[in-house]
Amino acid sequence: MSAGNVAVEPPLEAASPPEMGQGRSRYLTGTFFLLPAFIMLGVWIVYPTVYTIIRSFFGLNGFNKFVGIDNYKTLFTTPTLTTAIKNNLIWVAVVPAVVTAIGLVFAVLTERVRWSVAFKTAVFLPMAISAFATGVTWRIMYVQDPNLGAVNALGRAVVEVVKQPGSLTTALPSTSTVTGSASTGMTLQTPLKPGSVALIGLTGIATDEVPAGAVQAVDPKPEPGHIVGTVWRDFKPGGGVPGKVEQGELGLPGVTVQLRNSDNHVVKTAATGDNGVYDFGVVTPGTYKAGISAGTFAKPWAGFAWLGTKLITPALIIAYMWIWAGFAMVVIAAGLSSMPRDVLEAARTDGASEWQVFRKVTVPLLAPVLSVVFITMIINVLKVFDLVITLAPGSSQNAASVIALAMWRTSFGGINDFGTGSAIAVFLFVLVVPVLLLNVKRFRREV
Amino acid sequence: MRRQLLRRGAVLLVVVPLAVLAASSTGSGATRSTSAVSGSISFDGVWTGAEASAFGGVIKAYNKLYPKVKVNYKPVGDNLPTVVSTAVAGGNPPDMADIAQPGLVAQFVKKGALKPITYSRKVLLANFSPAWIALGTFSHKIYGLVFKASNKSTVWYNVPAFKAAGVKAPATWTQFTKNAGTIKSSGVPPYSIGGADGWTLTDLFENIYLRQAGPAKYALLTLHKIKWTDASVTSALNTMAQVIGDSANMAGGTSGAVQTDFPTSVNNVWESPPKAAIVLEGDFVPGVATVKSKPGTGYAEFPFPSINNSPASVEIGGDTIVAFRDNPAIESFVKFLGTPAAAAAWAAKGGFATGNKHMSTSVYPDATTRATAGAIAKAKYVAFDMSDQQPASFGATVGQGEWGLFQDFLRNPKDVKSIQSKLESAAAAAWKSGK
Repeated sequence: MSAGNVAVEPPLEAASPPEMGQGRSRYLTGTFFLLPAFIMLGVWIVYPTVYTIIRSFFGLNGFNKFVGIDNYKTLFTTPTLTTAIKNNLIWVAVVPAVVTAIGLVFAVLTERVRWSVAFKTAVFLPMAISAFATGVTWRIMYVQDPNLGAVNALGRAVVEVVKQPGSLTTALPSTSTVTGSASTGMTLQTPLKPGSVALIGLTGIATDEVPAGAVQAVDPKPEPGHIVGTVWRDFKPGGGVPGKVEQGELGLPGVTVQLRNSDNHVVKTAATGDNGVYDFGVVTPGTYKAGISAGTFAKPWAGFAWLGTKLITPALIIAYMWIWAGFAMVVIAAGLSSMPRDVLEAARTDGASEWQVFRKVTVPLLAPVLSVVFITMIINVLKVFDLVITLAPGSSQNAASVIALAMWRTSFGGINDFGTGSAIAVFLFVLVVPVLLLNVKRFRREV
Repeated sequence: MRRQLLRRGAVLLVVVPLAVLAASSTGSGATRSTSAVSGSISFDGVWTGAEASAFGGVIKAYNKLYPKVKVNYKPVGDNLPTVVSTAVAGGNPPDMADIAQPGLVAQFVKKGALKPITYSRKVLLANFSPAWIALGTFSHKIYGLVFKASNKSTVWYNVPAFKAAGVKAPATWTQFTKNAGTIKSSGVPPYSIGGADGWTLTDLFENIYLRQAGPAKYALLTLHKIKWTDASVTSALNTMAQVIGDSANMAGGTSGAVQTDFPTSVNNVWESPPKAAIVLEGDFVPGVATVKSKPGTGYAEFPFPSINNSPASVEIGGDTIVAFRDNPAIESFVKFLGTPAAAAAWAAKGGFATGNKHMSTSVYPDATTRATAGAIAKAKYVAFDMSDQQPASFGATVGQGEWGLFQDFLRNPKDVKSIQSKLESAAAAAWKSGK
């Protein structure tokens, strides 16, 4: 961006003087005033740039070993670095366009709402927060557990409208006579006849997850003609004997047990009491099995792994757009307010619909402003760094990496390979240059 | 630099006449040998803040015996490796330093920058087990004394969760994994794994490896003298898979564990009701918890269990005291730091553990520290954290080398062979480049 500042300095030869002596002094004065700027540029921009470019052709330890373009080869062959380049391409493809679009929509819409100042302030507010703090905050919001992460909590609220979790979400069979899993439901494999007792022991249920009202489980008395049984938490401190109802083990009340015939059709259901006992009543002779349907074990929605390797880049992009939408909106709104109203009015008078006005009049007139936002966003996105390093957990940073982060990690993140780090920096520089030139050209046109 | 020299000279000038005066006035006696030593010592250290003032207490205790020596402690902080390396390169190192990176000590020895502290041999032999002296021994000479250590072989658990499951702190790995099964049946995931921070996983591996493969192999693997494809690594990884292999064993399952950072993994166990029963990390765990819980009734600790009857072993992190110069004042201070009195001067203030077997554990401020710190002095095998001794690209870089690959192992614990070959190629590359 500083390159843009250089380019708009007024050209010196414009002040070409008629007299020689006067010209020299003017020249000297000009040089004198330019000197501080040149020194600053030299020390902070030119020298580091040249140094970095030269450094990128040398190996790990200072300027001891010239390695030619090896560092650049490393850049395009190391998987973590190519991922960073790929991610940056995704960022550039998505973010500037979407941010500009969102900014445009917000700017146009806020012109029409009553609380536009409040709305604009709210949208712009994230710009006032440092990217570091934004990263930390969103990292907490993205936590997978819906009890902790705000984003997934919202998701769960939506999901649970459709699908309620069961009452025993963590239960596991206590012995191998009960088979199945939470997703298929569980079945007691022992064949049952009228007069049998069906014990369904479950473990893996924390004490605070036992349904309310549970009391000591009871071994049911067999009754002629009936099939009875118990569903209970088959666990006491130390484990107990699996499959046996023991002192200290609680019944699981409110569980619906199904009785299935030999064709696996549900013929009867019964609910368990506080002591876990259930009774199917009198059953016609035959062989049956008892089981509990999958609904009882339906797990609550686990949430999206926003911080996992697959979703981390979209998650980062969302947070990034949250920051920058406000900037786009404010700049575009400024452009909008300076737009000649009569053109819009004329279009409306000529019978254009609001959509037509927006597409054929507003957007073309705003094009210069939109391009400022778009180009600024491309530059910002190419150098994105702080949000990624704070938001992505260590385990996802390879998947989330972008060029600037890869540069930092290679140079300072433990490896301290300044050679490859410099090569990455030069590569980033090369990517930014065309955009900068575009910007410079635009500045010139405006001047 | 020059100013520092001048200052040091000035102190000497002041101190020497005083010493002469003192010697002449008090005459001979038991104190003569100690009060005769005089001078000043410049000491660069990683300890800042409360730790620096605790070390000030150690210096004070030293000055009671050697009132004529002034120790100028400079709290450099975490930049110490850079600061001291630069000073060594510039030819003006401090007289002494304490260094948290054993690899850096080895580097200084190799460069010939350090003076051996062989003169303290007697004191060290009297107070430390051979394993501890070995930590400061390089090319058959003693160069360093691990003055302050932290115990990385501790396991922290939620007491109510253990009670509800009816299990007790285990002593053996077999009992440990059996307990985990029982805890799982009780409805609480047994382990909380902070997989987003790769070093928690390397620490777990190293604790297993130290016990299962033994200290000799541990030392070889540390220096990459045996390959990561070695059979001993295979069995250690298989043992590790007993912990991380079953998604239902971990709070949040496998995908949750990979995203859990270390502080959260501690809070998972500190919470009530707990999200998991056990967190496997060092003695610094309680300091990380932000959830309130009481030691003894809320949380408690047991030593990392023994595997196949391995003797008491601890993995430590520690600050090694080294000397860049040699003179009577430095000698007296190094010797003093090897005594129980020096350790006790800091231990009473907390946040400190010593391998000094003659310092009574009753000096430690609380029961938990007595247990964790006491264990390290008693251990038969003591080993420095292995990943801390690796080239940084392999042992200490986010998402790369050991950290990244152990996270891959957590994601896919069945793939032992492929992880081993990846570890080996990463280690080979890192040791070859030295970075």
